Amino acid sequence: MSTINQSGWRPTSPEKGEGSSDTFTGNRALMLEEPLIFEIGSNETTGVDFGEAPSGKSRLGGLERAKPINLPGLSEPEAVRHYTRLSRQNYAIDLGLFPLGSCTMKHNPRLNERMARLPGFADVHPLQPVDTVQGAFEVIHQLAHWLVTLTGMHSVAMSPKAGAHGELCGILAIRAALDAKGQQARKVILVPESAHGTNPATAAFAGFTVEDIPATAEGRVNLDALKARLGPDIAGVMITNPNTCGLFEPDLKAISDAVHEAGGYVYCDGANFNAIVGRVRPGDLGVDAMHINLHKTFSTPHGGGGPGSGPVVFSEALTPYAPLPFVERQGDHFILVEEETAGEHHAGSFGRMVAFHGQMGMFTRALTYILSHGADGLRQVAEDSVLNANYVLRAMEDVLDAPFAKSGPCMHEAIFSDKGLAEGFSTLDIAKGLIDEGYHPMTVYFPLVVHGAMLVEPTETESKATLDQFIGAFRSVAARAKNGEPALKSAPHHAPRRRLDETLAARKPVLAYKDAPKAEAAE
Amino acid sequence: MRYLPLTDTDRQAMLATIGAGSIDDLFIDVPESARLSGPIAGLPPHASELAVERHMTALARKNVVAGEVPFFLGAGAYRHHVPASVDHIIQRGEFLTAYTPYQPEIAQGTLQVMFEFQSQVARLLGCDVANASMYDGSTACWEAISMARRLTKRGKAILSGGVHPHYVSVAKTMAKFTGDQLVTSLPTLSPEPDTLDLINQIDDDTSCVVVQYPDILGRIEDMSALADAVHAKKALLIAVVTEPVALGVIKSPGEMGADIVVGEGQSLGVGLQFGGPYVGLFACSEKLVRQMPGRLCGETVDAEGKRGFVLTLSTREQHIRREKATSNICTSSVLCALAMSAHMTLLGEAGLRRLAEINHVAASAAADRLGEVDGVELVTDRFFNEFTLKLSKEARPVVRALADKGILAGVSLGRLYPGADDLQNGLVVAVTETTTEEDVETLASALQEVLA
Repeated sequence: MSTINQSGWRPTSPEKGEGSSDTFTGNRALMLEEPLIFEIGSNETTGVDFGEAPSGKSRLGGLERAKPINLPGLSEPEAVRHYTRLSRQNYAIDLGLFPLGSCTMKHNPRLNERMARLPGFADVHPLQPVDTVQGAFEVIHQLAHWLVTLTGMHSVAMSPKAGAHGELCGILAIRAALDAKGQQARKVILVPESAHGTNPATAAFAGFTVEDIPATAEGRVNLDALKARLGPDIAGVMITNPNTCGLFEPDLKAISDAVHEAGGYVYCDGANFNAIVGRVRPGDLGVDAMHINLHKTFSTPHGGGGPGSGPVVFSEALTPYAPLPFVERQGDHFILVEEETAGEHHAGSFGRMVAFHGQMGMFTRALTYILSHGADGLRQVAEDSVLNANYVLRAMEDVLDAPFAKSGPCMHEAIFSDKGLAEGFSTLDIAKGLIDEGYHPMTVYFPLVVHGAMLVEPTETESKATLDQFIGAFRSVAARAKNGEPALKSAPHHAPRRRLDETLAARKPVLAYKDAPKAEAAE
Repeated sequence: MRYLPLTDTDRQAMLATIGAGSIDDLFIDVPESARLSGPIAGLPPHASELAVERHMTALARKNVVAGEVPFFLGAGAYRHHVPASVDHIIQRGEFLTAYTPYQPEIAQGTLQVMFEFQSQVARLLGCDVANASMYDGSTACWEAISMARRLTKRGKAILSGGVHPHYVSVAKTMAKFTGDQLVTSLPTLSPEPDTLDLINQIDDDTSCVVVQYPDILGRIEDMSALADAVHAKKALLIAVVTEPVALGVIKSPGEMGADIVVGEGQSLGVGLQFGGPYVGLFACSEKLVRQMPGRLCGETVDAEGKRGFVLTLSTREQHIRREKATSNICTSSVLCALAMSAHMTLLGEAGLRRLAEINHVAASAAADRLGEVDGVELVTDRFFNEFTLKLSKEARPVVRALADKGILAGVSLGRLYPGADDLQNGLVVAVTETTTEEDVETLASALQEVLA
């Protein structure tokens, strides 16, 4: 104690000051502004040490780069600080509830990260001789077994890179199956209006024509309308189950039967599998193909927008058309079935979708998660995710319009509309108000079948206390939107940025930094 | 269960609030025939961290680790040293556990990273603009061919034999369904790619010509003349780069006239990981941007006039345009893009150039040494860090025999082109800064034995 020079020192106490709180730097204490690397780096600076320039024979023969790339460098301390400062301008699951509907923003266990970084998984080349990568194939095989068993399907294609890529995989298998039967005339895929945008985009990308299936007033597929449209031009349907209104499709088996009878196939968008994992097997409902987002149900990190992983499970009918490559067990040995080894048994395969064998780094994480939960834990995942969503639904339905609440419980996400908000106030204002309350907003304006939709998916990894606090904030913001409180229109007030001008960004696109780094400019 | 915060007391209280008698009441819409009464039989129950770690570690040990043996594989995935801080940065929870920046006010971190990534990639590939990433190089390559079809309204794409065979395979798969016509060929074991042959095939139906640089055999060639020939027919030149480190010392495809440059960014910042996740690169000139697939981040200002970043030009994308979108892509590969961007930032201009020089000089020396081995002929004339050897025997069994000796010798062309008789003796060898002179010496003497 006595070693401190105490002259002039005293404990701080709260004092109210006068005047502007603007700062010289633009920083606000822990909220730090960060320039672009192009503004702070230089062509000379580097954060990696190499020895002297090597000398030896050049075989570049006239292709030597003459002009600089102008890639600014930072030393390691500058780089670590740059990215750490940027990271703090992000909301993330690690910071709080992230109820983005249809995205399943659940906790990402750190054991997954550790396992994916084991050198035996992280430092292995995809084209190593198969005898040197038996452990990698075994991971793929074990994960495949879990996915097939949990879904009650016949097989799984592991290579698709993300959900939409999985959709493409399923849709191409349907096309290949129809072509094999000489049914080239089946060119129409039916998609409910409430579907993710990727569904119609995928079908179109694969050369199909897309037609909407209308929804019932209860937010489900209109079975009669669907049946009425079936015919010799129908290739199949793409159904999301549970659907994007957060509801189970009780008629899915009837839909599948009708579609099969009419000669088509059933694709199920598995984005919402989290609600039913361990409780319902899509295979029991007549589904022919379904992608599974490992980055949703099976907790691999979303990473700011990927990488994802979208394995596709297939029925027996579509299995012969599944893409290459895949892993097969032969005794206690694993082989890779590729173009060369496919042979007659897999002659119907529609081909390769990606270089190499898929998102191995995601497979190790997903398998780690699945083994952690086990069959019992995964069932509990579905139950808790559905319980949490219904808890939010019932806590909010007196302040926000919940268009489907009366028809029964929701699955893993609760949906609200903008009905009853004050004149001039919108779903967007509620979203931005929630930002100030310290939450990532729910999914907004999706699905399109609900006006001003707000789709809330809390996931199973939130505690009751967290939900209670969120509900309090959500109710408060909703009330402000109903009362027409002007300050809400300009929210967020406390985020790193206020509302951004998206119109300007689209009208005058600035997609890359234009000036040369400072060292170049000084020359 | 360690990842589930609700207690049984919570669950009971919440069910009471909801007005449900039991959890089963919440699954009432599921037809009775499809309800599972308990955990699925035959699958194990939950396990501790320790138990799972043991299980996964045992599986990992069954693989031969690239870094523990003399290692020479490339062919679209390259082993480079990644600075420790890159992995630290991507494990920041604010990056790792965020999602697509739909709410830009609280996603400026990811958005600025995207903007910096786009700017770095555009400069590296020699184009005006790049997007915020694709799944990988192979899917980016197909997307580029699709984009050329939309821009030229022509359906014939000519792919050079030097393009990675998996990339060609992916394009062939997609073309079967879209009706695009693809002209493909096998590579030949020659010192230079046959550009004249490509030029001769260009006609008025051609939407694009696709070349890889460096190509699957490691060869590099000036594509300026090809670009002129392509442009004379109002078609587009697409260049594929699977080893971006090369661009530290060689001219960029954009500089030589490529209209769309796609690639695989794995070799900067992203590990081998047995093939994925990787990061697809996609760049083009500014005037083509509205036909570009994938996410784009753009600069703007907020309500107070402060600079900020948003996702932009979304009217190209599936969530707005649905079946009229430029692509069905949704999730891309942002975390890998962050890794690549951070690695480029740490290297900078000077570091990338030095890294590339080290790769090239090491590969050049290795080519000389291996070319001295009896029964080995160096095929490639001009190359960066990867070259092709023609062995006196079929390369596949040689690679297997060397693997038995604890050497991962390279990628045999037989693995990549099964059934192509003229290629079976070809071995593609990659040498990077991680390869030591001892590794090369070990390979050279083992090759001598195996070929004898």
